Amino acid sequence: MAEIRSPIPGTFYRRPSPDEAPYKEVGDTVAVGEVVGLVEVMKSFIEVKADTAGTITAFKVENEEPVTAGAVLAELDG
Amino acid sequence: MALSRVFVANRGEIAVRVVHAAHALGMEAVQAYSEADADMLAVRLADASVCVGPPQAAKSYLNGEALIAAAKEAGCDAIHPGYGFLSENAAFADAVEAAGLVFVGPSGKTISRMGDKAAAREAAKEAGVPVVPGSEGLVADEEAALAAAETVGYPVMVKAAAGGGGRGIRIAADADELKRIAPQARAEAKAAFGDGSLYLERVITAPRHIEVQVLADGTNAIHCFERECSLQRRRQKVWEEAPAACLDQATRERICTAAADLARSVGYRGAGTVEFLYDEAAGEFYFIEMNTRIQVEHPVTEMVTGIDLVAWMLRIAGGESLSLSQDDVTLDGHAIEVRINAEDPAMQFMPSPGVVETVSVPPSDAVRFDTMLYDGYAIPPFYDSLLGKLIVHAATRDAAIDAMAEALEGLTIVGPKTTIPLHKALARDASVRSGKVHTQFLEPWLEASPLTAD
Repeated sequence: MAEIRSPIPGTFYRRPSPDEAPYKEVGDTVAVGEVVGLVEVMKSFIEVKADTAGTITAFKVENEEPVTAGAVLAELDG
Repeated sequence: MALSRVFVANRGEIAVRVVHAAHALGMEAVQAYSEADADMLAVRLADASVCVGPPQAAKSYLNGEALIAAAKEAGCDAIHPGYGFLSENAAFADAVEAAGLVFVGPSGKTISRMGDKAAAREAAKEAGVPVVPGSEGLVADEEAALAAAETVGYPVMVKAAAGGGGRGIRIAADADELKRIAPQARAEAKAAFGDGSLYLERVITAPRHIEVQVLADGTNAIHCFERECSLQRRRQKVWEEAPAACLDQATRERICTAAADLARSVGYRGAGTVEFLYDEAAGEFYFIEMNTRIQVEHPVTEMVTGIDLVAWMLRIAGGESLSLSQDDVTLDGHAIEVRINAEDPAMQFMPSPGVVETVSVPPSDAVRFDTMLYDGYAIPPFYDSLLGKLIVHAATRDAAIDAMAEALEGLTIVGPKTTIPLHKALARDASVRSGKVHTQFLEPWLEASPLTAD
């Protein structure tokens, strides 16, 4: 099992904007470098990318919740 | 009736500034804070503090109901909104007054009037203040566009009425080019926005950003001279000065008088800033907008005029009339402010929150550091990156740049990456020294000479 961690502290978003669909849902596959969410830090938005390929088994942080640097955002199978 | 207990509905360095101003006037200050800001400096300095919600600004510093309830609960008689957050929210200003508290700023009516681009432009025209020349309303067809452009003056910007954020804009240098691009612009606007309506506006090439500080009590209005904030990155001001060295005395008099006239004609109350684009080659200035609040860069004005703007906001909000006359406001020397942000200028200005191990500023009467930092402070990631403002005051602009270079050498912030290296490079730059800058100067300058790690 692999994990996707937040590179920076801030607020986690699963969607590119409030009116759009989430980048990824549980059960979706991700490729290396694919964006799975955003972390807003000091009014800047940093993309969170997968560094291994796999299938998302769970999101560990809800949309719009605060995160710390290194916090696990999602878990991958694969 | 003078205020006795003010609620500070903001955070960071401006909250510290407001708490100090309240104390200087013998008032008490109650500080609002979010769950992420319990350790902030303003909380430590204030007489009392109230948690108003979770870290996300939408749930705390933008939660008007929670702020007003907290202010009432804490026995305050006024709310100072600072800048950003709810400071230019007319509905919040109205709600504060409806709750029986004083909003430290203009009325909700003035905020909404000056916050609406078209209404503010009309107010400026009514007050005889020049606005960027443009077609009055939409241009119906190419012939109307050409006729309007004759009055507006080339180069003209052709804008899609339904556009925004820079989309749907084309520039024509002369009538031939306008004939060619107007039909294309119309077709593009129709395709992109479903509406082919266009209007024209004069292009001001490489303008300088000049803004005038005003103080008013609802009846009387004065100006406290101007600031120049032409060094900007992504529309964020980076380095600010007072006065604007590019203005001659006659132009200074005209632009400052225009701003005070506008404030007077809209019955303005409190501190405000009237922003202009200045076309240096033509010696012409044009109103762009009014900010109905205290601004980040207000200290440079305080340094050269000796006027405490935040104290005046509180005094006027308490019902005091403006006892300063225009003749009381005089310019003394030159001041520069730089914004110290938690960003890494060597890494595309990537935000850099974290713990500040130590912070120290060289002690000097000519140096002021408005900040919320202290040794051991953990900068939260949820808000903007401004850590503080380093301000210097000297007899001349040259001496002020020297003083800034020296102050930057002496300023130490251990922990986060900051914009100090950017300001050191600007203080050394020949164009900055000679004042040959404009609002489109800094971004190409950063492209051409990227900063390396300090």
